[in-house]
Amino acid sequence: MAEDMAERVEALESILVEKGYVRPDALEEIIATYEQDVGPRNGARVVARSWTDPAYRDRLLSDATAAIAELGYGGRQGEHMVALENTPDEHHVVVCTLCSCYPWPVLGLPPTWYKSPAYRSRVVLDPRSVLADFGVTLPEGTRITVHDSTAEVRYLVVPMRPAGTEDLDEEALAALVTRDAMIGTALL
Amino acid sequence: MGFGRVVPEPEGEYFHADWERRALALTLAIAAAGRWNIDMSRHARESLPPAEYLGSSYYAIWVKGLERLLVAAGLVGADELEQRRVLRPGEPVRAWTADDAAAAMAAVVPYDRPVDTPARFAAGDAVRTRVLHPTGHTRLPRYARGKAGVVERVHGAHVLPDARAHGPDERPQWLYTVRFTGRELWGDAAAPDLGVTIEAWEGYLDPA
Repeated sequence: MAEDMAERVEALESILVEKGYVRPDALEEIIATYEQDVGPRNGARVVARSWTDPAYRDRLLSDATAAIAELGYGGRQGEHMVALENTPDEHHVVVCTLCSCYPWPVLGLPPTWYKSPAYRSRVVLDPRSVLADFGVTLPEGTRITVHDSTAEVRYLVVPMRPAGTEDLDEEALAALVTRDAMIGTALL
Repeated sequence: MGFGRVVPEPEGEYFHADWERRALALTLAIAAAGRWNIDMSRHARESLPPAEYLGSSYYAIWVKGLERLLVAAGLVGADELEQRRVLRPGEPVRAWTADDAAAAMAAVVPYDRPVDTPARFAAGDAVRTRVLHPTGHTRLPRYARGKAGVVERVHGAHVLPDARAHGPDERPQWLYTVRFTGRELWGDAAAPDLGVTIEAWEGYLDPA
């Protein structure tokens, strides 16, 4: 199966290149963009800024697309951003049950599990069991809201700032922020 | 339960075979030809026979969707895919250079559109999703049809995928975030404190 797909895609690529529909340099550029340049470190910087700058946090929560653009991030699959701030009362988890919608400019390409039938079917029904697969248990009294990205609105979860990080600067804080925490399947 | 457990994955692991990289890049790059849009792409994948869809890995679904689009648009013949070689010259279409591709990935191409009609609903309004079973594309998930919820956010009017997946007409409609209780969606199977939101176009909703 995997071997067949390798041959099938190789044939498809050579057909498209030979017909002049795609250029190899464009393919390499796209791969490099999403394998090296655009990824969850972008989102981590947004989160760290919102932790350290209250005015930025307000802008992020009221117009996330513009606030994220302030840090230089934007583009495909990030046209209509909404930031969801976790609190002791409410924990947010993001999914796309219909396909794999994901905020590329801040998180990059989605992990395999985010696109899997297991995650997409179960997280809207029983998110705590999904969090358990990640080894995560929410504190008593924290309710869960699951956000199903069914349109072109894309969500970034702003996790709670860990205790004892008052002395860290923005860069050190960003290093604490994980991809999964910005999807909602991890705590910090 | 269902499809089994969710398997975590380290950050930075985007592909598990080189052909997955190529599948992603080909799918994005061929968009330069301008023969279809993202809703048509999603529909081409999601309308694969259900058993094939569920039996295919993620990027295999992308490849199969792309092949369908190429054949439907007349850019590649089914015989060429079958024989895995070019049998006739290509159509004259635009192909991105590396710089074009970089610019396109960074471009902000919004989906909201100006409309003359005011929004029918406001935040806090009680609504019920319609029971729709269209033969074509839709973004109203089956689990959220015929369910009572509350409007949480109004996003402006967005292009309607149900229309745009089938032709150039965008038919923009007001788009809302609607919140449901888990119990409304799943009955007693859901935890009492579960909430679920979806984005719903105005045509998916009735006042409740």
